[in-house]
Amino acid sequence: MTTLEKIPSRQMTGILVTIWKRVKKIPPVYLIFLVIIIGVSYLNPNFATLNGMLLFLRRASPLAILAIGQLFVVASGGFDLSQGSLVTLTVIGSALIIYNNEENSYIAIMILLGIGIIIGLVNGVVVSYLKVPSLIATLGMLLLVKGGGLYWTGGAPKGYLTENWRYFGRGFIENVPVFGRFPVAVIVFLIVVVIMTILFHKTNLGKQILAIGDNPRASQLSGVKVKLIRIIAFLISAFLSVVAGVMIGGYGGTSILAGEGLEMQSVSAVVIGGALLLGGKGSVPEVAIGGLTLEAIFSLLNLLGLPKPYRDAVQGLIIIGAVAYAAITSKRRD
Amino acid sequence: MFKKKLYMVLSLVMLAAFVLSACGGGEAPAEEVAVEAPAEEAPAAEEAEAETEEEEVAEEAPANPGLAMDAAAVAMQFWSDDLYEESIIFMDTEPINPDAPVYLQSLLDNKVDTSQYKMEPPFDICFSNAGVNNQWRVTGYVTMREQVEQLRAEGLVGNFIHVDAEGSDEKQITDISDLVAGGQCDVLIISPNTSEALTPAVEQACEVLPTVVFDRGVLTDCPTTFLKTIGGYAFGYDGAKFIVDNLPDGGNVLALRILPGVDVLEQRWGAARKVFEEAGNISVVGVEFNDYSGPKTKTIVSDYIDRFGYIDAIWMDAGGPAVAALEAYEDLGLDFPVMVGEDQMDYLKYWKEMDVTAIAPTFPTFQWRTAVLAAVMILQGEPVDARWVLPQPHVTQENLDQYYLPDMPPLYYALSSAEDMDNWPDVWKELDTTVYKDVIE
Repeated sequence: MTTLEKIPSRQMTGILVTIWKRVKKIPPVYLIFLVIIIGVSYLNPNFATLNGMLLFLRRASPLAILAIGQLFVVASGGFDLSQGSLVTLTVIGSALIIYNNEENSYIAIMILLGIGIIIGLVNGVVVSYLKVPSLIATLGMLLLVKGGGLYWTGGAPKGYLTENWRYFGRGFIENVPVFGRFPVAVIVFLIVVVIMTILFHKTNLGKQILAIGDNPRASQLSGVKVKLIRIIAFLISAFLSVVAGVMIGGYGGTSILAGEGLEMQSVSAVVIGGALLLGGKGSVPEVAIGGLTLEAIFSLLNLLGLPKPYRDAVQGLIIIGAVAYAAITSKRRD
Repeated sequence: MFKKKLYMVLSLVMLAAFVLSACGGGEAPAEEVAVEAPAEEAPAAEEAEAETEEEEVAEEAPANPGLAMDAAAVAMQFWSDDLYEESIIFMDTEPINPDAPVYLQSLLDNKVDTSQYKMEPPFDICFSNAGVNNQWRVTGYVTMREQVEQLRAEGLVGNFIHVDAEGSDEKQITDISDLVAGGQCDVLIISPNTSEALTPAVEQACEVLPTVVFDRGVLTDCPTTFLKTIGGYAFGYDGAKFIVDNLPDGGNVLALRILPGVDVLEQRWGAARKVFEEAGNISVVGVEFNDYSGPKTKTIVSDYIDRFGYIDAIWMDAGGPAVAALEAYEDLGLDFPVMVGEDQMDYLKYWKEMDVTAIAPTFPTFQWRTAVLAAVMILQGEPVDARWVLPQPHVTQENLDQYYLPDMPPLYYALSSAEDMDNWPDVWKELDTTVYKDVIE
């Protein structure tokens, strides 16, 4: 205390201001995540263990991956609402292709990734060349994929997801030093984060996506192939949706509702991750943490014993709150 | 600059509309605060802690907190005390024809004379089907079509006209009046989509044709026979009773329901709820809707384990996602709970291999073939029960080996009683509903 007393109060404020400035530079999503994780750990001590964290990561990984995909589209100034239905299609389509035969598992994943790429391509082409706003285009795709999936399977999930297909969402690598057993889903998640971070932050593609989101006209004039870049953004989103679908089906098995509502969750996660909803700003690691944060918020609501509909309400408030926050702070800067 | 602001406002409005339409709104303060100033979250967390402490105190009371939840309400228009009591009695009733195969047994003797319908075979049978939109119906439908093929081989059945209502009341009402007007049917089998909506259409059919109604009922006794196994009350009672008998005092129970408002599911839950309420020594800590989804079920179960440390028993109104619920325990490295599932093969397999304390109440798919056999009996002038109550066996540890068939696919329902049919078991391994011909030359 004596050392502190010797420092003149003005200097003291100076130090606090510097600390505050440093804190302000940390993206808010990390702090929010930390606070919520502390809250969850307090209510459920099991959560704070290494195993608890890994199980949480396993459960949150698909949403975080979807959010990263959504970021590519959002950063370019669009929305991808077809994500959830593509997740469902992945789950029920794979079950149908596998048809209780383990050997078909990897073929099923390949076919679905192919279908995902085609759907992303169509989304991108419809938005870029037919000039349909992405909200409408992907909403249409949502219905198309949902209806197509139900038609394909005849309304009821047929077949079954075999254990080797489910490995990516459910499996563990045993006997890992320190961790004991390590969920495969978390490995997939980390790989996706690394690749997408490089793609988004270290390559021209990422810069061009952000440029389009910020000002499509200006970026076109400066030589960016706006249409192509948009198509690639939708492609990545659809591809990652299939990856998330494999993990979600792996975690819990077949369901015609596997992807229900996930598109809104991924948009919420993108917003929590600090990306601007109208494009031009965003970061892959922050959005990944945004996805984890949303899942942690759901855990918190569960531990508080709040009924499920609160999840939706909270998502709504997060989106509105975060967009408003972004609007207010950008106004200040101006 | 003005334009940018405009965009902001527009996006806000759009998102608000989105959110409202997606979830119907609600209130949860705390979060906006968290977005703007995360450091201020601390007091909110303290409040939260106070809340859970209160809750824990409430849990120590012998009450059933879960039964106060919205999802625990029973839609009373589907509930009848008399039918509930009767179902419990039926569960211990010996069939009046114990020597017949189970799919032809009857628990209640109320034969009606059908000699007026007697005619020469082959009979043309029409079938208005609510849908083939879940695996229970797929297994049932395949069993039914195989029964038809066998009767065709015997020269008893000619055409079998199947019309699928795809889960729509309106379509089924139109389907029935088309079938009645079409004049192609000697007898009409109906599996109603919903009871109330289909009643007038069934009444209309009764005036023209002998009718067989099965699975879900209608609010008229005009059909020549209405057949099903004992039903939803017995299903719900059976599982709940097993939990109450196998749980230590103070054990906690999570009940999972598919969705509200379906008569048979309301009856299953209503019966279970009654058993839980009357037990007194256990605590229902939650009742949740799982939408018949595996991933959702697994998440809900994991959430409840997080919240309460452990859940001693899980009751389900339909066993489709039962394996997903058990996997939640397996993945967490916990002992399995006392489990209520259904006769789906994936569940029986898991039960057998993992040695779970479990039961499988059933709504047997064999009633689908009974419907065809009843239609043929009517046209042969044989008496049938006006209300044909079939037995409803359950799978327990004692008879698990009888019903668990390792070669059958995971989504096959074990109580099809199809083992005595010509194409057993290959056809049930494929469960392909598209290979059957309605009209034969």
